Amino acid sequence: MKAPRFAYARPASVAEAIALLDKHRDDARVLAGGQSLVPMMNFRVAAPKVLVDINRIAALAGIKVTKTHVRIGALTRHVDLERSADIARHLPLVAAAMPHIAHPAIRNRGTLGGSCALGDPAAELPACALALRATFVVAGKKGERRIAAEDFFRGLYATALKGGELLIAAEFPLPKPGYVSGFGELARRHGDYAITGIAVHGSTRGGKFSDMRAVFFGVGDRPLLAAHLARALEGQPANAKTIEGALPKLDADLAPRADLYSSAATKLHLAKVQAGRVLSRLDGVE
Amino acid sequence: MSAAAETIDISLTVNGERVERSVPVRLNLADFLRNELELTGTHVGCEHGVCGACTVRVDGEIVRGCLMFAAQADGCTVDTVEGLSDSREIEELQSAFVLTNALQCGFCTPGVLMAAQALLRDLPNPSREQIREYLSGNYCRCTGYQAIVDAIEAVAKARASSSK
Repeated sequence: MKAPRFAYARPASVAEAIALLDKHRDDARVLAGGQSLVPMMNFRVAAPKVLVDINRIAALAGIKVTKTHVRIGALTRHVDLERSADIARHLPLVAAAMPHIAHPAIRNRGTLGGSCALGDPAAELPACALALRATFVVAGKKGERRIAAEDFFRGLYATALKGGELLIAAEFPLPKPGYVSGFGELARRHGDYAITGIAVHGSTRGGKFSDMRAVFFGVGDRPLLAAHLARALEGQPANAKTIEGALPKLDADLAPRADLYSSAATKLHLAKVQAGRVLSRLDGVE
Repeated sequence: MSAAAETIDISLTVNGERVERSVPVRLNLADFLRNELELTGTHVGCEHGVCGACTVRVDGEIVRGCLMFAAQADGCTVDTVEGLSDSREIEELQSAFVLTNALQCGFCTPGVLMAAQALLRDLPNPSREQIREYLSGNYCRCTGYQAIVDAIEAVAKARASSSK
């Protein structure tokens, strides 16, 4: 189908965008890459009265590396992350996730901010943001506030963003020495939504697992940080035996629901298999 | 334009020609090209970004014509399969598609050609696996993928040997 009727506004600045969002509140949606919102509108699942198109706000796009962070503007497109030497060097987890996000034509439009602000539980970048302890920078009429990824994703298509607020950037801390990352996604066909997916970041320094953050996507109502798995890995030798012993802990971390193709038990099983594979391939794991 | 409106005046370059129109903001780019400009080579299939039949180039990069509003193409350069065909940019691909019988009903073909040309620009010598992966966003419901991959591979090889 076609999108239902709406009114369109194309602000030239963040201040203008916020004024529009504040004015129209729940009637308004932000149009970033549009690769999820427009299909939802065409399906008539979403019917915003006002679309605030932020695509002409140049200040919202771009990747900046500081001494402590990689700051990625909300409007930075997947293709720009995919082609960025800074991302490949400093955030290899994000680089590894890129090829799994839909298809090239979609990645040419889709944005980091759009993916995170939508809060699709099967999306890759929210999982990466959570694994990497990113902080989201949100702007509203009263100014900016920062929200840790752990507090940002609240449920199915639900985030901590309030009416009238605009996500303007995500700040990823530069990984510490000894930290490694891994990414895996199982889909029925390349680019499809994940049946199960995992983004892992943590330390294997000195041959021991430490601070392992395994985030699962496509298996819950939001990206899920596996706390029991992390505890089982903490301080243990980074080897296959440790991984094998820790994987059953995922029973306490994940409670997937069945989808059209896979039962809950299948999804849990696949998540464990995938976690085992991704963990065992991490640099520093014997 | 900072006030919300339901129609918009747009000005863009399509296949090298300047175009100015007043359009409803809910009109998607694929429908704009087909219905306003009568460029019906861009096909409309699923209308939710999955099938790839509406693939066009905006400012040099392929996008889904059904997931972008014409309003958003204001000021942009848009190329469709007609433009790439007229400029002979995809001449070798077109010949290879004919030679290997890489089109059956032809519905997906314009989108596949747009994607294939983008693939060969980014990755001049792709493996069959890479071709399949890149084209995972273009559906052929006749399921003629084998011949499509053959055609693209043949062009890549021909280009590689002619540039030696």
